[in-house]
This record gives sequence, structure tokens and C-alpha cells, in this order.
Amino acid sequence: MVGGRDFFARLRRLYLPLAVFVVLGLFPFYWMLITSIKPNRELYSQKIMPLVVHQPTLKHYVDLLTETNFLTWTYNTMLVAVVTTVISVVLGTMIAYPLARLRFPGAAVVAIGVAATYLVPQPLLFIPMADIINRLELGNTLTAVMLTYPTLLIPFSAWLLMGYFKSVPRELEEAARIDGASRWQAMTRIVLPLCTPGLLSAGIFAFTLAQNEFLYALIFLAKSEVRTVPIGVVTELIRGDVFYWGQLMAGALLGSIPVAIIYSFFVDYYVAGLTAGAVKS
Amino acid sequence: MAVGPASIARPAPVAGRPATMRGLIEREGVFSWLMLAPGVLFLLAFVAYPFFYGIFLSLEDRRVASEGVFVGLANFRTLANDAVFWQVVRNTFMYVCVTTILKLAGGLAMALVINQQFRGRNLARAFLLLPFIVPTALSTVAWMWILDPTFSVVNWLLVHGGIISSGYSWLGNASLAMWSLIVVNTWRGTPFYGITLLAGLQTISPDLYEAAAIDGASTTQRFLWVTLPVIKPVLIIVTMFSVIFTFGDFQLIYALTHGGPANATHVFSTLAFDIGMSAGQLGMGAAVALSILPALAALIVVLTIYLRRE
Repeated sequence: MVGGRDFFARLRRLYLPLAVFVVLGLFPFYWMLITSIKPNRELYSQKIMPLVVHQPTLKHYVDLLTETNFLTWTYNTMLVAVVTTVISVVLGTMIAYPLARLRFPGAAVVAIGVAATYLVPQPLLFIPMADIINRLELGNTLTAVMLTYPTLLIPFSAWLLMGYFKSVPRELEEAARIDGASRWQAMTRIVLPLCTPGLLSAGIFAFTLAQNEFLYALIFLAKSEVRTVPIGVVTELIRGDVFYWGQLMAGALLGSIPVAIIYSFFVDYYVAGLTAGAVKS
Repeated sequence: MAVGPASIARPAPVAGRPATMRGLIEREGVFSWLMLAPGVLFLLAFVAYPFFYGIFLSLEDRRVASEGVFVGLANFRTLANDAVFWQVVRNTFMYVCVTTILKLAGGLAMALVINQQFRGRNLARAFLLLPFIVPTALSTVAWMWILDPTFSVVNWLLVHGGIISSGYSWLGNASLAMWSLIVVNTWRGTPFYGITLLAGLQTISPDLYEAAAIDGASTTQRFLWVTLPVIKPVLIIVTMFSVIFTFGDFQLIYALTHGGPANATHVFSTLAFDIGMSAGQLGMGAAVALSILPALAALIVVLTIYLRRE
């Protein structure tokens, strides 16, 4: 009897609420998936039960890959995400290291400045930024987003990495310095290797944020050939006629997969980053 | 990187210039600033400069591809007399406040549920965080389809469940559209609260609960007097971050409703986009964007002080 009561208590406090969270959290992804493999006659009928697929088809995927620029958008997104991630982690490291481990005049000002740039939301900057990018004649180039994404990612990476850099014992570095290592060597050979988890966290985060970016890409990338996946999907796959949902969901699902794969491999680093700095959403 | 080769230089054969170069670079202040310079210059050029340039733009009547004319505070005066602007203020505050309360409550519940011992806990955590990591614009188009006026699966479920007789237009009706946005934002943001609060919960020592249990504290009392005080700092930081970023939310609203129907879901960022980008009135658009600054600055100052004290 006691076992039975325990089970019901556990059902009420764990399994039921967990099931609610999982179902609510994952339903939109399930819906993306089954919409993308339903034939149009199932999608646009109010008589057929919509929760399952009756006759799956890959037609929407074939159309997406052959009739739209989806592959180009994917390439653009990857290129931009990789380049901006590298720039941001490198520059973020170079900002975080002195702030975390060295004493120098102006440190407090720089620390506050980095925190402030991290918190300034994009909507405050995008109009002047659009004018600046125009004047630099960078409209419709990937350079425009490669230059602007790091404004979101560098402060975040620096913030996250400072915590990791601070955690390395000072004695290790001092021992290396006494043995004749320069500051640069002490950093690259002692501190950075010990902070590999932090660098991974920052990199994975920067990568997912770069894949998620929307506003700058929307403003700067008006030509189809230079668009990223989110912009391409929202501006080109949503069309005047009604029958585009299969392709749209196929695009949304395929566009989510790279992030999901990276995330699944590094979920612990991702969570570490999330909890270390709280994150720009 | 200029610092590298110079500092790796072996002890100079003659105590001449190389030695002093190295000596200079090895100085804490010099090394620090050499490291900082590229990143700080970048942020000055692409964050600080646009920020102040935006303030300058907001004081001009400036259209795309034409010279600006200085107009002082005229843009802000026009906005203050514009009913749409005030509607946007109300919409933004409603959006931020309601989603924050829902995400906080949902996230706390999620954290408490996952904090129990069970098999597959890490897997559950990984899956529950998915809404937060998938590109927002893409998950939002899935919601557009879920809330489609004709083929909404929500309507299908409600009608076939006998709860309503005919489907609602979730995104076409002014107040339903705002609630739809709130639901989607909550769906996306709750895992962020849940997972960060979980990390906070995991720092609580079991001894504390045992001590409380021995003293005869009920579950509710333990939550109020043990759990909450310990996770309070995390709770405050997460909430402040989330509020700041929800204030600046753009893509979810742009993708789902474009601010419609009839401005019912316009917020600062989407209105600034419509005026500044779509209509090409850079000056007025910059003024709209800057109007969130007072509220935001207050939040940022409080958060910065709080973070530095921690």
C-alpha cells in the first residue's frame, strides 16, 4: 500500500507536471515535422484528423531544396555564424583576460562599459547602424552582418569568460612566469588550456545566437542570394497564396537542425554558459 | 597579433632595444591595454558610436537618402501627441509584465520538477531547453501555422473537444493576438528561467532541508524559508536579464503579427522598424527606439549595481 501511495505522490509531483512541460515544449516541433511531410490534400482539409500523418511525402523538402534558395541561405548562415563566432571568442578572450587577471588603469571603466554594451538592446542601435552600414556601402553583403553580430556576441563572450579566467589559481601562472614565460605564454599555455570548457561554452553560445539573429539580417540582407535562413524563411517562403505551409515547415525544421545538433553534443557546456551569465534572448 | 612574436623572443643577446620592448610589453598595464585594444575599439566603433549617433538622429528630421535637418525635440513632441505611440507603450509594458510573470512562475515550476531524482533527468533537461535554443523566427512560423485562422490545430482540438463551437482567429483579433504573442514568448522563454533556476536549486545543500524537516517544517514552509532565500539572487538576475531582453524583443512579434491587427501588438522595436526602415524616417524611428531608454536605463543601472555587489 505504501508503495502505491509513493507512486501516486510521484505521479502527481513528478511525472504529470513533467509530461505537461514536455508536451507543451515539444509540440510545436512535432507539428513542424508532421506538417512538413503531409501532402497538401491532408494539410488543407478540415475533415481529416490533423494530429497524425496518413500518407507521408517528401515533396515539400524536394520543392524547398530545388525551387528556393534554401541551400544558399544555409551556406550563408553557417559562414556568418562560424566567422562571427571566431571573431567574438577571440576578441572576447582578449577583453576578458586582462579584466579577470590583471591590474591596470581603467579596468573598472572597461568592465562597466562591457557590461553596458552587453545589456544595450539591439532595437536601440539598429536605425543608426543601418545608416552607418549604408554609408560604408555594405548593404546586401555578408560583411555587414559579420561586422554587426559581434557587437552582440563579444560582450557576452567576454562576460562569460571572465568567470572562467578568474577561477584559475594565480599560483599556476606565477610559477610559469618565474620559469621565464612571458605574459602571452602564461595566458596561451597555462590559463587558456585550463579554460577550454569556458571557451567551448562561449563558442557554442555565440554560434547559436548568430544562427538566431534576425533584425540586422533583415535590414542589411535584402537580396535573396545573401539572405540567412531565418530571413529567407520568413520573407520568401511566406507567400501570397495559401498553400505554402508544407515547404515553410520543412524550411523551419531544416533550419533548426544545425543548432539542435551542435546543442545535443555540447548540452552541458550550453547549460554552463546559460547559468554563468544569463543570456541575451 | 602583434603581441605574440615579440614576447616569445628569447632573452636578447645584447641588452638593447629588444629587451626593453619585451620589458615594456611585459608591464601589466601595457600588456592589458594591448590585449584590450582591438575589442574595445570595435565596441566603441559599433556600439558606442551608433548609440550616440542614434541620439543625434532622433533630433533630426532625417529621411533615407536625404540630408537631415536639426529639429530639436520635435520628433519626441510628435510622438507624445500620437495615440499609436501611447498604444505601443501600453502594449510593450503588457507584453513584458505578463510574459515575465508567466515565465517566472512556469520556470520555477519547471526547475522544481526537474530538480527531483529520476532516470533520464539530463535528457529531460536537454529536451525542455529546445524551445530556447532553436532560432526564434523559425519556431515562430510553426506557431503561425498552429494559430492559422482556418487550419489552426488549437481550434481543431477545442472544437472537437466540444469546448467551443467555431474556431477563433488567434492572430486576427486584437486582444487574442496579444495573448498569442504572450503565449509564444512564454513558450520560448520559460526554459531559460527553468534551467537557470535549476542550477540555483542544485546549490542548496540537502542538510538545510533535513534540518528544516527535523524542525517540523512543511513542504510549503521549506520552499518559502529554505528554497526561496537561497535562489533569490539567481531569481533576481534571471528576471532582470529577461525583462531587459523582452523589452528589446523584435523577431517574435515581427514574424508572428507584424504589430497587427491595427497596431494591437506593436511594441517599441516593431514601431521603430516600421517608421525608421519601412517608411524611411530615420529620425523619427530613432526617436521611437530611444523612448525605451529611460525605463531600460533604470533597469540596467539597478542590474549592474546588483551584479557588482554580488
